[in-house]
Amino acid sequence: MKWLRNNWDQVLTALAEHIVISFTSLAIAFALSLAIGIWAARSDRVFRWSLAVSGFLYTIPTLAFLALLIPIVGLGKANAIICMVAFSLMIMIRNVATGLREVPAEVIDAARGMGMRAGEILARIELPLALPVIVAGLRIATVTVISVAVVAAYINAGGLGTLIFSGISNDFAPKIWVGALTACALAVAADLGLALVERWLRRRTA
Amino acid sequence: MLIVEAWQFIVAHPARFFGALYIHVALSAAALGLAIAIALPTGVLLADKARATLLAITAANIGRTLPSLAVLALVMPILGTGFMPSLFALTLLALPPILINTCTALRQVDPDMVDAARGMGMTRAQIMRQVELPVAMPVIFAGIRTASVQVVSGAVLAAYIGGGGLGDFITAGIAMMAMPQLLVGAIPATLLAIGADRLFGHLQRVMTPVGMRAR
Repeated sequence: MKWLRNNWDQVLTALAEHIVISFTSLAIAFALSLAIGIWAARSDRVFRWSLAVSGFLYTIPTLAFLALLIPIVGLGKANAIICMVAFSLMIMIRNVATGLREVPAEVIDAARGMGMRAGEILARIELPLALPVIVAGLRIATVTVISVAVVAAYINAGGLGTLIFSGISNDFAPKIWVGALTACALAVAADLGLALVERWLRRRTA
Repeated sequence: MLIVEAWQFIVAHPARFFGALYIHVALSAAALGLAIAIALPTGVLLADKARATLLAITAANIGRTLPSLAVLALVMPILGTGFMPSLFALTLLALPPILINTCTALRQVDPDMVDAARGMGMTRAQIMRQVELPVAMPVIFAGIRTASVQVVSGAVLAAYIGGGGLGDFITAGIAMMAMPQLLVGAIPATLLAIGADRLFGHLQRVMTPVGMRAR
C-alpha cells in the first residue's frame, strides 16, 4: 500500500473523473427516460417499443458497444457517455412507465374532479407517487453506469478504470487493487445511498 | 464498407476467428454451468432457513453491484492470467442473479400449496422436487437468463486478463485503431449475447409448468 500513500492524488483525480462522467450520463439518461417513460405510461404501443429497443441496447456487451461506436464517434468521453446513456435507458424507462401506471386511477380521478389540469396532475400527483419506483430504477442505473465507466477507461474516457488498465499493462498489482477496490466501493456506496433514499420515499408515500 | 472488410478479415483468418469464438462460448458456458451448479443447490439448501436466506440475498446483492471488470482485474493478481482465472471471475459474476432468484422464488411459493402437498403425504424432498422447484422454475430461469447475458458480456472483458475470446479482436482493434477488426469482435459478441438472452427466454417459457403458463 506504499503506492497508494504516494499516489493518493492520482486516485482521487480518477475517482472524481469517474463520478463526473457517471453523473453526466445519468443526468442525460434520466431526462430522456422521463420523457419517454411518461409517453410510454400513456400508450401501450410506445411502452412495448421503447422497452424492446432499449432492452436490445441493454443486452449488447459493454466493450462491444464501445467498440462499435469507435468508427462513428471515435475514442474518448463522448463515446463513453453515449454508451452509458444507452445502458441506463431500459432500466429507467421501465421504472418511470410502470411507476406512473401503478398510480391508482381513483387518485387521478379525484384530482381531475378538483379541477386540476393534465400537466398539474402529472407534476403534483402522478410523479410524486411514482417517485419511489423511479428512484429504484435510478439506483440500478447508477450501479450499471459506474460499472460501464470502469471499462470505458480503455477508450480514453478516464476514471478509475485507468488505474486498472495501467496496472494490468505494467503488471503492477497495487494499482489494480486500488483501482478495482475503489470502483467496487463506489458502486456499493452509491447503491446503499440510493437504497436509503428509496426507503425514505416509500415510507413517505405509503 | 467496414462490414465487408470485417467479413474479409474473418474469411482470411478463419482459424483465429473460430478459435476465439469457441473459447468465448466455452468460457461462458462453463462459467454459467458452474454458477448454476453452485447457486441452485445453495438456494435449495437455504430454503427452510429464513435468516440464512436473507444473509445470502444481501451478500449476493452486494456482489451484483461490483463492476465486472473490477472483479476480473482483482482475480488477476491472485490467480494470474489465462482461461482458468477468467473462468473463476466469470463464475463469481454469474452467481448473484441465480442465487437471488432461486432464494426469492422458493420463498414466494404459496404456503397453502406446500400444505396441500404435505397433507397428501409427500415427504420434504418430494415437496421440494415436485412442488416447490417446478413452481419456482420460471423465476429461477429468469435469473439464469440475466446471468447468461452478463457472462457473455463479461467474457469479452476476459481478453484483458488473457482469457482469450472475441474480446481479443476488440482490444487488438483498439490498440491498432483497426476498425474492421473491432467489428470482428464486437458484432459476434453482440449476437452471442442476444442469442443467449433469446435462448434462455425460450427455456424460461418451456420450463414453466403447463398449469402456470399465461394463456
